Amino acid sequence: MTIAVNIRSEPADVSKPPVLEISNLAVSYRGSDGFQRVVHDVSLQVRPGEVVALVGESGSGKTTTAQAVIGLLAENGKLESGVVRLNGADIAGWSQKQLDTIRGSKISLIPQDPTSSLNPIKTIGAQVAEVLQIHRHGSRREIDARVIQLLSRVGLSEPELRARQYPHELSGGMRQRVLIAIAIALRPALIIADEPTSALDVTVQKRILDLIDELRSEYGTAVLLVTHDLGVAADRANHIVVLKGGRIQEQGPTAEVLASPRSEYTRQLLADAPSLSHVRTASRVRSQRVRGGDDAIVVENLVQDFTVGGRRSVLRAVDGVSFTVQRGTTHAIVGESGSGKTTTARSIVGFQKPTAGRILVDGIDVTSLRGENLRRFRKTIQLVYQNPFASLDPRQTIFQIVEEPLLNFDPLPREDRARKVRAILDRVGLPPSVLARLPHALSGGQRQRVAIARALVLDPQVLVLDEAVSALDVTVQAQILALLDELQQGLGLTYLFISHDLAVVRQVSDTVSVLHNGRQVDGGPVEDVFLRPGSAYTRELIDAIPGQRNTDSH
Amino acid sequence: MTGLNMIGRSLLRDADIIENSFPRERRAVSATRWLKRIKSAKPGLVLAWFVMAVVVLWALFPQWFTSYSPTVGVARQQLRAPSAEHWLGTDALGRDLLARIIYGAGNSLSGALVAVGVGLVVGTTLGIVAGSARGRIDGAIMRAVDVLLSIPQLLLSLSIVILLGFGIVNAAIAVGITSIASFARLSRSEVVRVRASDYVEAAFGSGGTFSRVLLRHILPNSLTSVIAFAALQLGWAILTISTLGFLGYGAPPPTPEWGLLIAEGRNYLARAWWLTTVPGIVVILVVLSANRISQSFGKGRG
Amino acid sequence: MSRYVIGRIGQAALVLWAAFTISFVLLQALPGDAILIKFLNPELGLGPEQIAEIRASYAADSPLPVQYFHTVANFLTGHFGYSIHAGVPVGELILANLPPTLWLATLGLLLSVVLAVTLAALSALSPLGWLRYFIQSIPSFFISTPVFWLGILLIQVFSFQLKLIPVINPGPWEALILPVLTLAVPISAPLAQILMRNIDHVLTEPFVAVARAKGASHRWVLWKHVAKNAFLPTLTIGGILFGELLAGAVVTEAVFGLNGLGGLTQRSVNDQDIAVLQAIVVFSAAAFVLINLTVDLLYPVFDPRLRVRQGAVA
Repeated sequence: MTIAVNIRSEPADVSKPPVLEISNLAVSYRGSDGFQRVVHDVSLQVRPGEVVALVGESGSGKTTTAQAVIGLLAENGKLESGVVRLNGADIAGWSQKQLDTIRGSKISLIPQDPTSSLNPIKTIGAQVAEVLQIHRHGSRREIDARVIQLLSRVGLSEPELRARQYPHELSGGMRQRVLIAIAIALRPALIIADEPTSALDVTVQKRILDLIDELRSEYGTAVLLVTHDLGVAADRANHIVVLKGGRIQEQGPTAEVLASPRSEYTRQLLADAPSLSHVRTASRVRSQRVRGGDDAIVVENLVQDFTVGGRRSVLRAVDGVSFTVQRGTTHAIVGESGSGKTTTARSIVGFQKPTAGRILVDGIDVTSLRGENLRRFRKTIQLVYQNPFASLDPRQTIFQIVEEPLLNFDPLPREDRARKVRAILDRVGLPPSVLARLPHALSGGQRQRVAIARALVLDPQVLVLDEAVSALDVTVQAQILALLDELQQGLGLTYLFISHDLAVVRQVSDTVSVLHNGRQVDGGPVEDVFLRPGSAYTRELIDAIPGQRNTDSH
Repeated sequence: MTGLNMIGRSLLRDADIIENSFPRERRAVSATRWLKRIKSAKPGLVLAWFVMAVVVLWALFPQWFTSYSPTVGVARQQLRAPSAEHWLGTDALGRDLLARIIYGAGNSLSGALVAVGVGLVVGTTLGIVAGSARGRIDGAIMRAVDVLLSIPQLLLSLSIVILLGFGIVNAAIAVGITSIASFARLSRSEVVRVRASDYVEAAFGSGGTFSRVLLRHILPNSLTSVIAFAALQLGWAILTISTLGFLGYGAPPPTPEWGLLIAEGRNYLARAWWLTTVPGIVVILVVLSANRISQSFGKGRG
Repeated sequence: MSRYVIGRIGQAALVLWAAFTISFVLLQALPGDAILIKFLNPELGLGPEQIAEIRASYAADSPLPVQYFHTVANFLTGHFGYSIHAGVPVGELILANLPPTLWLATLGLLLSVVLAVTLAALSALSPLGWLRYFIQSIPSFFISTPVFWLGILLIQVFSFQLKLIPVINPGPWEALILPVLTLAVPISAPLAQILMRNIDHVLTEPFVAVARAKGASHRWVLWKHVAKNAFLPTLTIGGILFGELLAGAVVTEAVFGLNGLGGLTQRSVNDQDIAVLQAIVVFSAAAFVLINLTVDLLYPVFDPRLRVRQGAVA
């Protein structure tokens, strides 16, 4: 796909009146203790043909703001005060019936999750046609023709076939194209893109964002881009609005906000976003590597097959992966969904028997372990999961969670155990007050610290981090990464870092393996791979990292 | 029988509905939490607990609530309408209706407890074994459960009643046996769900043995919805046992039992409406309360 | 036919066979001769030859396994044995009693679907929070109501108090009104609850927000997107619904003194008429299995997501 025009080169036309003008917007949600305000005094403008990015972490009110604009707040949400002007008309007080006349025609939505945003039991064609039918655009035949035209315009091959297919027959990227086709069908003045690519792989993300750019410049539509990823905003927006806790921290032209952020919070975000800070971290002094062939992990020719559909067909999830990891260093396994990275990690931890190949962890052949030996082996290697909401037993207190591994091996006296739990919680930066709490009372970052504490309490040699920071907000992610770095320095741990996020990988790892469809397409010291990628796929992955356009130009 | 258990049974063919009806996430119960819970409790739930408490007291100490005999009638007091003397009136033999309802609580409640006990113990054990063992044992148990489900519950319980003989305990056992399949399906699906969670894998990953992980993680997290379901089944069992009583397969006539009370009152519909209406309202209130309590278990909040 | 269809039919046959075996063990494996002795009751007026014939039809003098295979063979060839009480073949009895119950159950099912859909639609369309809460709590009352009590209450109100429907010698349609209502109300309740829950669930799906963002009104979304998605899963409880209808018919026919399969069931229990009860049990298990089989085979027609996996015609 061709690279779209660089939108930053078109200056926003200040002379034109704004398509969207929000002033002093306030939104509340009704909870158990009455109404709680989540968006305070938000004001912003979007001019024709312009992309304005609404950037913030979870709970910043960015999605609520977008929902308020299109009049689709959750049922317990209420637009308390403020003005939302669309092409000059204040729509803040409009009824749903009035809003129905402009939704889809003047203002449209590209949603976050393409997998659940299409009705599973209606055809693609019917769902694209629906927007035309609602606003009565032409006869049935005209609509059918327009649907095919739209599907091919958003880059879907064989549009006639696609129109007859159902959502589950299309990939995530294709479904997002369908949703874009719906959004542009009536050439609205404003498109609200609510995290349009956060559920997609990085290479697909780039293609989808390019498509939105292209259509925007072709139709002159304005875009309100809601995103948690400052890198995406930096690449795609003319204007950035930074939100935190429902308040605007700062706003301004993209280049200005990136180059000289005025608010403390924006500076923090910029420093913590791996995609925007890699230039600085590249020169980071690496951990004191122990030279001389002391390998913590050796993987040779790993093959992992799965049977699908009842013994009928075999899926090769991992196909001939080999790498070694020196003690005390971090090795990253990078890939998109379906690349086999998590399967590889699970084989190394001993959760499944490989079909072929050899795995040595701390000199122990994992593939031959069974029963009690496998259980003993758990002391050597520990896994930290992606989702800290799912990896902690909701009924156990934090103390019980961290204590449990100790109970599984040569039990210590009660006081020693308690002391050890307290020490390790202190080590991961949690106060003793959390000991008696249940996981649901903790934030995501705190939970992930608990998961790390549980993994470390057995003094393992190797920690496998399976997307362990991917579910976290960028500032929290930065804190956890700093903690991991400090623990590695202090305890001499070896990390196997599984991630889809190349920017983070570049920041934290010493060596890397790039997986694609179960095969290893690249590998070696991280800077070598990033600067001299050995395969076209790696190059594509690196090119797709968001946040490069601006940092490159500086 | 009634449609109540259809919800329970329907769940079994549609796993996501369980997800919605019994969202889990239980809070630890400490003294302060209890206080909080009571404070934030909804009036409906408070009422439900009150109704259940009254009925349990009726069952345990009926003599506290009435001085009339439930079985011996008073001469020349037949079919009296509700009055200050007989709050709910009297039946054709001159027996006080309120006394019969109060004494009937013991029969209905103990029958329901036996029924739920049978279903809970046998069904949950089967479900846990199936969910933990997987493979062939799982397949065999679940096919057997499919077969149990294929016979309509009322017909199955009637067949069992024929085998065991009429009577309230036998009726309760029969009703319990018909709910084994539901308990087994639910507890198995819960065990399978919890087993697939990250925290169970993490427990194995930190060196836990199978029995320890089962006891510390899988069982406690699976049983929450099973217990909520048991409360739901309690209401259903009260209804079903009263149905069997009404049909004449439960307690023999002089015994005060709610279903039987309604059946006996049937012959005096034109003259004594209270004989059928009031016991029915009592049954509805108790079943509604059991359902409301079940709901609150499922949600883990007041 | 695809492998899936054949496998599914085989599974259904297996379940049916096992249900038959359970009913045999529960009902016939009892001291068999004790039951057959009842045929000797002179009131039935059976001659010695007839009794010998009946004994032979049960293979009553053979060991249990032989009796079992004998019964299997009999059932497969449509011989369900003789009623102790009536002294006629069970098949005839069931055929004679089937039509009124079919009427009752069909009308009851229709009314309960109408009731459930009405309640669900009212709740989905109601603009006010408290009204919706009220409508949504109606099924909980329905569900907690004993069927027999509801029937009695309806007789009391409509026949004795309002005198709208005569108790003695009502017309054929008049006689059906109250029984159908009695049967329908408790069955509509779980249907309504499942529908309401599904509608609430589907309304939170992102594709509904996308439809609203296209400019679709709340009604349009309910009709074009929510209805089918919410209704489809209720098909899967078809078999259970049948069982509940049959159980409801037993109770309803008992309350209203109607003839039918329900009445027959009750009489067979009262008289310990094992052959009749076993035939009814096997018959209803067969219906349950058949309904579930049909639903499972038809489901892919309505839900495109299942077509690929099951290899049916796309």
